Amino acid sequence: MDLSFGLDATLLARIQFGFTVAFHFIFPAFSIGLASYLAVLNGLYLWSRDEAYLRLFRYWIKIFAISFAMGVVSGIVMSYQFGTNWSVFSDLAGPVVGPLMAYEVLTAFFLEAGFLGIMLFGRQKVGDKLHMFACLMVAGGTAVSATWILSVNSWMHTPAGFVMGENGQFLPDDWWAIVFNPSFPYRLWHTLTAAYLTTAFIVGGVGAWHLLKGRLENRGVKIMFSMAMWMAAIVAPLQIVAGHEQGLNTYEYQPTKVLAMEGHFESHDDGIPLILFGIPNQAEQRMDYEISIPRLGGPILEKGLDASMDGLDTVPIDQQPPVAIVFWSFRIMVAIGLAMMGVGLWSLWSRWRGNLYYDTWLHRAALVMGPSGLVAVIAGWITTEVGRQPYVVYGELLTADAVSPLGASAVGASLLAFIVIYFAIFGAGIVYLLKLMRKPPETFERGYESEPGPTRTQGLTPAAVETPDADVQPAE
Amino acid sequence: MSFDLTVAWAVLLAFAVYIYVVLDGFDLGIGILYPFFPEKEDRDLMMNTVAPVWDGNETWLILGGGGLFAAFPMAYAIIMPAVYPLIIAMLLGLIFRGVAFEFRWRAGKTFSKFFWDWAFIGGSVTAALTQGMILGTLLQGIEVDGRAYGGGWLDWLTPFTLLCGVAVVFGYALLGACWLNWRIEGPMQHKVRVLARILGFATLGFIGAVSLATPFLEPAYFDRWFAWPQILEVSPIPIAVIGLTFWLAKELFDERNDWAPFVITLGLFGLCFLGLGVCMWPYVIPTEVTLWDAASPYKSQLFMFVGAVVLVPVILAYTCYAYWVFRGKMKVGDGYH
Ligand code: HDD
Ligand code: HEM
Ligand code: HEM
Repeated sequence: MDLSFGLDATLLARIQFGFTVAFHFIFPAFSIGLASYLAVLNGLYLWSRDEAYLRLFRYWIKIFAISFAMGVVSGIVMSYQFGTNWSVFSDLAGPVVGPLMAYEVLTAFFLEAGFLGIMLFGRQKVGDKLHMFACLMVAGGTAVSATWILSVNSWMHTPAGFVMGENGQFLPDDWWAIVFNPSFPYRLWHTLTAAYLTTAFIVGGVGAWHLLKGRLENRGVKIMFSMAMWMAAIVAPLQIVAGHEQGLNTYEYQPTKVLAMEGHFESHDDGIPLILFGIPNQAEQRMDYEISIPRLGGPILEKGLDASMDGLDTVPIDQQPPVAIVFWSFRIMVAIGLAMMGVGLWSLWSRWRGNLYYDTWLHRAALVMGPSGLVAVIAGWITTEVGRQPYVVYGELLTADAVSPLGASAVGASLLAFIVIYFAIFGAGIVYLLKLMRKPPETFERGYESEPGPTRTQGLTPAAVETPDADVQPAE
Repeated sequence: MSFDLTVAWAVLLAFAVYIYVVLDGFDLGIGILYPFFPEKEDRDLMMNTVAPVWDGNETWLILGGGGLFAAFPMAYAIIMPAVYPLIIAMLLGLIFRGVAFEFRWRAGKTFSKFFWDWAFIGGSVTAALTQGMILGTLLQGIEVDGRAYGGGWLDWLTPFTLLCGVAVVFGYALLGACWLNWRIEGPMQHKVRVLARILGFATLGFIGAVSLATPFLEPAYFDRWFAWPQILEVSPIPIAVIGLTFWLAKELFDERNDWAPFVITLGLFGLCFLGLGVCMWPYVIPTEVTLWDAASPYKSQLFMFVGAVVLVPVILAYTCYAYWVFRGKMKVGDGYH
């Protein structure tokens, strides 16, 4: 049986990597933000002893546990993908990127895993203080993990601090330069705030849903909606600044990617237009149906109104990334970023008028925007990763030269298995998450420790042990 | 130079893999034992004994893979494509059982409960089987072409690798049974102990079969074990295996120290590891690629080593703490409250 679907092994391996990592990243994007949110809720509870925060903590931690588990299992797949599908890359770049990923395991993954059990089940066992400490370790661990993996990823975009070995291996020369490579600070900032925004909008969306259901007497619902809207108002503008700064950095190190993002096939010597929309036609090397604002492109790249710029026409076509993908995914991300800021500003206005919990149109908007962070994050990664093609280590190693010596059928078969199983398993997981979210935080939120789930006592309501279903029914 | 960083890394990685095998071994073992305990309460209890720690256990697998990538990138680049279908199957197995920890409690309908129970069982068995087969493939030899894998994509499928796979399934089940014997009481403990006795004998049989087959795979292995005078140096290993087995049997029949069978089984696995080391040394891919051929440059190994020396003890410390927090016997319907 031919399982290559008529594609070559390299393309299949790329699809497989892109598919599994995009699926993986959905969960970290949510759990990085949620871990910090839980630590904040727990801290607020310990500080104020207001039960409402404890209730919210217990509500979100159940959701966190599911999302985290899915992040872990899909992440283990990622750490083996380098060897299975990109063995030549592993051999050549291993001396540089391997140690950074080993540090990620040692400093982050163990920390998260070691304290997760205590965070989920340990409050009564270890007391409030140590439990709080565990929450902080888990939240810190997710951020440290992001730091290392983004350093690796950034190094592949802007390689620095290495020398080329005789056998073609990248050999480390200066670790400082490797870790703090030129695009790393920007990418770290932009991705971490992306994770916080993603979580804020999910939390806000859940809050908005319950407000729309008229659960105005539920303080937990109000608190979560209000907190999420503060995050949106403050962090969304920061995210746009971060994205802008990163664009400038990319223009310096990977100008071709920026040309693809902005759709500049042509060079300009008197003012750069800002292309809003158009259909990239890479075969003909031009933008069809272009709508643009003259001269505005210059200031965006921090150049003058009459600046000049080389376009993609100065880059050989086999050195160009697939322009349409980069162009569109970039636009999706930016549109969502602007919409997020819009919701943030709107919430400030409603809040100022004392209308935050009664503005149903705001709640509808927040509900629709609930999953938008996830879309933006994936769109952002696609921009970044597709934009660096045809290289895997930018300017140094071609993607086509990095792939494992495997038959297309082997890669195609495993790709098919991943697709089927990921959609089934993670689809079920998302259904369970939505079921939990559909129910508001209760006054007697039983939390993780005392529910009919892992490691819990029978609790006060033995009936619930028999029918755990009861706790996922909507409480209308 | 008396201190060779490459050797230090080999020892450290072997240590990480050993820790992985015994820790995830017992929690995979619990999945393998699930079919013997059809009652829902029993299954809940079994899962609860590992729920707070399984994630940490699995992290050692990431360290094993990541460490190999970092310290011996060429070996990583050869081994992974050589056992490609096994790795994919293992990863998918780990996904099924990993999510089952959370999903089992969330499933509403009888069918989905049944489904996640079997996802837990199937995932655990698959992971154990493929891990054993990966080990078998490494022992039987991998074809190398330059710096890359040179064989076909089904070379790993032989009677020997299947034997190793089944051996690991039984070994993990034994670990799981001994863990449960330690952590639960009453009639269920009695049942686990009976299982542990059977599994103990079966595991010993498999260790024997694999040990007898291995020296005949490769003349070099044969010399390691049977040439004079090395035989004097290596013979304590099989002798200790036999000794530990008797001790294990005694503890399981005497029923005095509930922790002892588990600790003895850890020792058995340790001895198997030593035996493996005797076979493989100084190769990372036997008779093709030595540790030094595959080693990453000194600078890479040093950079990581500094971190590992500081961090591994810290990790061990807080891992022990997490186990300590959730210590003690558990009963049906019992949780950590
Ligand atoms: C450690 C490195 C690393 C990290 C953190 C990421 N990527 Fe990446 N990505 C690669 C390393 C890489 C790669 C190994 O370099 C690939 C494989 C083939 C290629 O061209 O680049 C790649 C390809 C690749 C592709 C296919 C592009 C193509 O071949 O045209 C997509 C869609 C993504 N990635 C998406 C992501 C997402 C959603 C990530 C967020 C988690 C992500 N990448 C993180
Ligand atoms: C190709 C790239 C990636 C690889 C190889 C990878 C690897 C892994 C692995 C092995 C795990 C499981 C760890 C555990 O057991 O706790 C994991 C989880 C995680 N990863 Fe990734 N990862 C990648 C991309 C990313 C990126 C880009 C980020 C962040 C920006 C990230 C952040 C996390 C976080 C926070 C977790 C913890 C689990 C969770 O929160 O759901 N990963 N990753
Ligand atoms: C108007 C707002 C935004 C601008 C101008 C912007 C800009 C950028 C740019 C230029 C890149 C490509 C980096 C590269 O060249 O490698 C990027 C990547 C990315 N963006 Fe945005 N972005 C915006 C909004 C957002 C939002 C709202 C999110 C998510 C909530 C997001 C998440 C990401 C992610 C995850 C990446 C890939 C990782 C990285 O390279 O940093 N962005 N963004």
